[in-house]
Amino acid sequence: MYEWDFSILWGYRWLLLQGLGVTVAFTAATVVGGLAIGMTAAICLLSRFRILRGFALGFIEVFRCTPVLVQLIWCYYALPMIAGIEMTPITASLLALSCYGGSFYAEIIRGGIVSIDPGQSEAASALGMTPALAMRRIILPQALRRMLPALMNQSILQFKNTSLVSVLAVPDLVYQGQIAAHDSFRPLETYSAVAVAYFMILFPLTLYVRRRERRLGEAR
Amino acid sequence: MTAKTPMIEISRLRKCFGQLEVLKDINLQVEQGGVVALLGPSGSGKSTLLRCINLLVTPDDGTIRVGEASFQFGKSVQQPKTRSLAAFRTRTGMVFQSFNLFPHMSVLGNVIEAPIHVKGLDRKTATDQAMAQLEKVGLADRASQMPDTLSGGQKQRVAIARALAMEPEVMLFDEVTSALDPELVGEVLQAMQKLAADGMTMVIVTHEITFARDVADRVVFMRDGYVVEEGPAREVIDTPRMDATKTFLSHFHKGASPR
Ligand SMILES: Nc1ncnc2c1ncn2[C@@H]1O[C@H](COP(=O)(O)OP(=O)(O)OP(=O)(O)O)[C@@H](O)[C@H]1O
Ligand SMILES: [Mg+2]
Repeated sequence: MYEWDFSILWGYRWLLLQGLGVTVAFTAATVVGGLAIGMTAAICLLSRFRILRGFALGFIEVFRCTPVLVQLIWCYYALPMIAGIEMTPITASLLALSCYGGSFYAEIIRGGIVSIDPGQSEAASALGMTPALAMRRIILPQALRRMLPALMNQSILQFKNTSLVSVLAVPDLVYQGQIAAHDSFRPLETYSAVAVAYFMILFPLTLYVRRRERRLGEAR
Repeated sequence: MTAKTPMIEISRLRKCFGQLEVLKDINLQVEQGGVVALLGPSGSGKSTLLRCINLLVTPDDGTIRVGEASFQFGKSVQQPKTRSLAAFRTRTGMVFQSFNLFPHMSVLGNVIEAPIHVKGLDRKTATDQAMAQLEKVGLADRASQMPDTLSGGQKQRVAIARALAMEPEVMLFDEVTSALDPELVGEVLQAMQKLAADGMTMVIVTHEITFARDVADRVVFMRDGYVVEEGPAREVIDTPRMDATKTFLSHFHKGASPR
């Protein structure tokens, strides 16, 4: 029988906490970056210019239809060779994960925008607002409220996806967990602890999102 | 501007949606302070014409002038820029059948939105003016409520106040009482009547024939994209000359709704 011994983790508490900090920071950064990219792509998808629509669609499909792991590796190893720019593992990870998240956010944001009654932008136009102003003041605030649960769900996935940056030796929770596991010869305890840490953060968030979704359903 | 120049002038206006020609050579003038009721059967192009007046719909051909701003349309003429369209629309206020209040803003927020962000008024001035407009439609005490807590009649009066807050030269109304419960129609018509008495230039698409007869000074009757008959409101409604107008109005005299 395997003797579980979680007490060994105490010695690695700072290492693991550091990793957790990196994971949280990475998620925050790529959610922000992803939202910026997603918003831009969504606006392009709704543009009246065909080139912008085509460009946004191409971008979204490339990132949605390939594995994140490959995107990470590609950004780090291939992109510098092709474009001739040096990137640290952190920059490459931020770039890949933001683009990946952004391609999913884009669809959510586009859907949220088109779900708003066209009467709203008509009323805004009739008051003399330009399309850009109407988007910013009238359409987006309503659309964002409606799509918040979907955006949060995507961000929860994003939180888990950050675990892949460990392949580029970015010291996130999973990477530090690997170090602790090798060092202590206690991989089961270490990875269990890592899983518990993810769960304790994500479970309350999913509960919160579910509650919001329900309230949104009632409001309709 | 001399008193003789009409406030709205539309000439040789055409509009197609794909193959369907919805407006065919419309010519129309509305004097300053004039109130025109636009009548006609469903699908005759009333809404489209109204939306052409503030260029929510871009005409294919013809000219449109409101006050001192005019636009020409046609194959050889360049499409107007987004910004100049937006500036043009500040001259006209529009009220819709479905209210279209901004649901994420309070009543006051709805009314001050465009004055602040389009006209560039400061919040204090905009609020003072908005409260004055809400006072006029009898809703000053509802300023802090959210739109979805209001009745249909109250919503529509807020929509009127919102349009008036931009101090338009012209007001356009598209079947603004059609979505209302019968007992709420009166309060909205009353607000419009007051506006007309204050000298606002108005174009009103409506099925309220009695209201049109009492408040409008001219009636324009449309069918199949043409203006069929036009004249003083009482004359056209009481003694129509054209058969199409007679048929249309006879539905009302029998008391049935033509929708
Ligand atoms: N955006 C559009 N695209 C295509 N066809 C349209 C569009 N808007 C209106 N139409 C068509 O143009 C015709 C005139 O429509 P319009 O809404 O102006 O009529 P209306 O006189 O206001 O009718 P109602 O009394 O039913 O409101 C209709 O046949 C309608 O289907
Ligand atoms: Mg109509």
